[in-house]
Amino acid sequence: MLVVKNLHVSVEGKPILKGVDLVVRPGEIHAIMGPNGSGKSTLAYTLMGHPAYDVEKKIITTNKPINTNKYQCKIMLDGKDLLHKTPDERARAGLFLAFQYPVSIEGISVQNFLRQATQTLGLQPKNGVLKFRQKLLHEVKRLGIPEELLRRSLNEGFSGGEKKRLEILQMAVLRPKYAVLDETDSGLDVDALKVVADGVNRMMAKNKTLGIILITHYQRLLRFIKPDVVHVMIDGRIVKSGGRELARELEREGYRKFLISH
Amino acid sequence: MSRFAPIQIPKIKSPSIRDGYRYGFSMPTDRYEFMSRPGLSKRVVEEISFYKHEPMWMREFRLSALGIFQAKPTPIWGGNLGTINYDAIHYYLRPTTGLKRRWEDVPVEIKRTFDRLGIPEAERKALSGVKAQYDSEVVYGSLRKLLQKQGIVFLSMDEGLREHPDLVRQHFGKLIPPADNKFSALNSAVWSGGSFVYVPKGVTVQLPLQAYFRINAPNAGQFERTLIIADEGSSVHYIEGCTAPAYSSESLHSAVVEIFVKKGARVQYTTVQNWYKTVYNLVTKRAWVEEEGEMVWTDFNMGSKLTMKYPSFFLAGKGARGETLSMAMAGAGQHQDTGSKAIHLAPHTTSTIVSKSVSRGGGRTSYRGLVSISPQARGSKSKVVCDALLLDPESRSDTYPTNRILCSDVSLAHEATVSKIGEEQLFYLMSRGLNEEAASKMIVSGFVEPLIKKLPLEYAIEMNRLIDLEMEGSVG
Repeated sequence: MLVVKNLHVSVEGKPILKGVDLVVRPGEIHAIMGPNGSGKSTLAYTLMGHPAYDVEKKIITTNKPINTNKYQCKIMLDGKDLLHKTPDERARAGLFLAFQYPVSIEGISVQNFLRQATQTLGLQPKNGVLKFRQKLLHEVKRLGIPEELLRRSLNEGFSGGEKKRLEILQMAVLRPKYAVLDETDSGLDVDALKVVADGVNRMMAKNKTLGIILITHYQRLLRFIKPDVVHVMIDGRIVKSGGRELARELEREGYRKFLISH
Repeated sequence: MSRFAPIQIPKIKSPSIRDGYRYGFSMPTDRYEFMSRPGLSKRVVEEISFYKHEPMWMREFRLSALGIFQAKPTPIWGGNLGTINYDAIHYYLRPTTGLKRRWEDVPVEIKRTFDRLGIPEAERKALSGVKAQYDSEVVYGSLRKLLQKQGIVFLSMDEGLREHPDLVRQHFGKLIPPADNKFSALNSAVWSGGSFVYVPKGVTVQLPLQAYFRINAPNAGQFERTLIIADEGSSVHYIEGCTAPAYSSESLHSAVVEIFVKKGARVQYTTVQNWYKTVYNLVTKRAWVEEEGEMVWTDFNMGSKLTMKYPSFFLAGKGARGETLSMAMAGAGQHQDTGSKAIHLAPHTTSTIVSKSVSRGGGRTSYRGLVSISPQARGSKSKVVCDALLLDPESRSDTYPTNRILCSDVSLAHEATVSKIGEEQLFYLMSRGLNEEAASKMIVSGFVEPLIKKLPLEYAIEMNRLIDLEMEGSVG
């Protein structure tokens, strides 16, 4: 279970998240939707432990001396505290982030990078490199990634679509317990979107306990990946949670209703 | 403290590896047949020449160079040279063993030192010739018969002077005269060891020629002198690798390398410099390239306290090409002042200089380069690319390019970038499970990879290992 409790986050002193609570159980898909600037990506980066995002560990919400509430903030994965862990420790605990803007690194080939990452995570199959490579090539094919991409420098000169597919490839290879997909749909055409969604659905089918947080601005991705829970995030808070019908409602009416009521 | 660790647990510092020689050993050095008294004088220079049974002209050459050295002021540019104490340095050491041809004859403690460096036995089987310099004298060299059969000469400089006096006299000091700079004068006065290579017309040396140099005595100055002559249409790759054990007092290494690339010949000269971090490494390297010839300097600098080295080439014949691939890594207390000089003297000549530097822990790297195109060098091309990577805010990198273009019909390109190791890159790699050190190593090795891959495989592996070692403990 991935538990986020009373998460307050600021960036360069500016409060962005103002108390987020979220519980993702094994096998669940949660969609987090909201307008630009509502704090969706901040949530993704904070979960993964980006150092630029300051988590306020203790929040005093009232100044009445008698009723001083100390809200303890929490990020837990299967009972393990993540809040005080570095990004690599979080990854080793089973968390994965598919980046909205994956960075490029010159001179490091995709396949070497994947090999080192899987070794670090203790995921190399017992019967070795060959099997790993077979699996990798299989996954590459299904995601429609040109094989020569594996020999090129990580994300360097990749198209937007190639980068996004590569994120999903990494997710497939690194086999997390919980994955955060940060606007994976942005910049993808419908065909690419389908391929990426297929990839995610395949992983869900293979690993029934995989929990996913889908962060998206648009609801078109949700035509291909069916969420169990939809959350609406406005101004750093989750203002409404519901089933799939909430996404449809958002599509019809936009965020305005929530902005006003909020 | 890592910025990726939200909770600041004070780390217990393990004893600094910088306090001692990294590879943790040095062998007894009291077995010298002759050790010149510290300090430099006419008498020391005469003694060196006497012990080597040199011809008169070399003795005169040395003595005149000594005068030039004493007259020349210490350069005030580059790094800080004011702290060198010339009077504390032994200018000549002669181990008791003299010159050995067979590995079996090399004394045990010298062998052990080489073994600890992980060098010879396996490699000497695979490689054409290994010469290793133990202090000032070549004590071990194994030459395959193949080299001799093809007429290739691969000797220590001292042997070369004895066996090929005319060829040596014709070229020695002609490209880098003693008066070129203070340290070429010093080397000319007290030089000892180094290699002499002659490749006959049309001969291609299949495997790289290798020489290992090391300093293994307190205050041992090492002043090797290398002369390579590649005759018309020949080709050779010479590799020089350095490592030195720890001493508290500072050492001086000042070499001179002269290379003659005749018509249509090709020479690649590769250096892996990993002197101990107290060594001053002040080296002059120069190549003369004739028509359609090609010179490639692959120059990797990891060690030393201060390195000042700018391998250069004179493109003297039509269509001559020169290339320098320079990599420098500077950690705490280190200054790598490196670069290259391209002198275009003939039409349609081409030069390429690629420099990559990594600074960390307050280390400093400088790129210092010259591109000079003379009026007769029409249709020439030059390209300079220098990239610097800074790992932390304490480190420093500077670029000092000079372009002297006296011809309008040329193409000249200069690119320079400085990048800081990106927090976003680190975060990305760490989010995939790599810890901060592994992630930094990956970024650095990716940065230098385009140069590393120009090395022969075993050197590429050694370089990657050295870079990994340098990066250890760089985080935290």
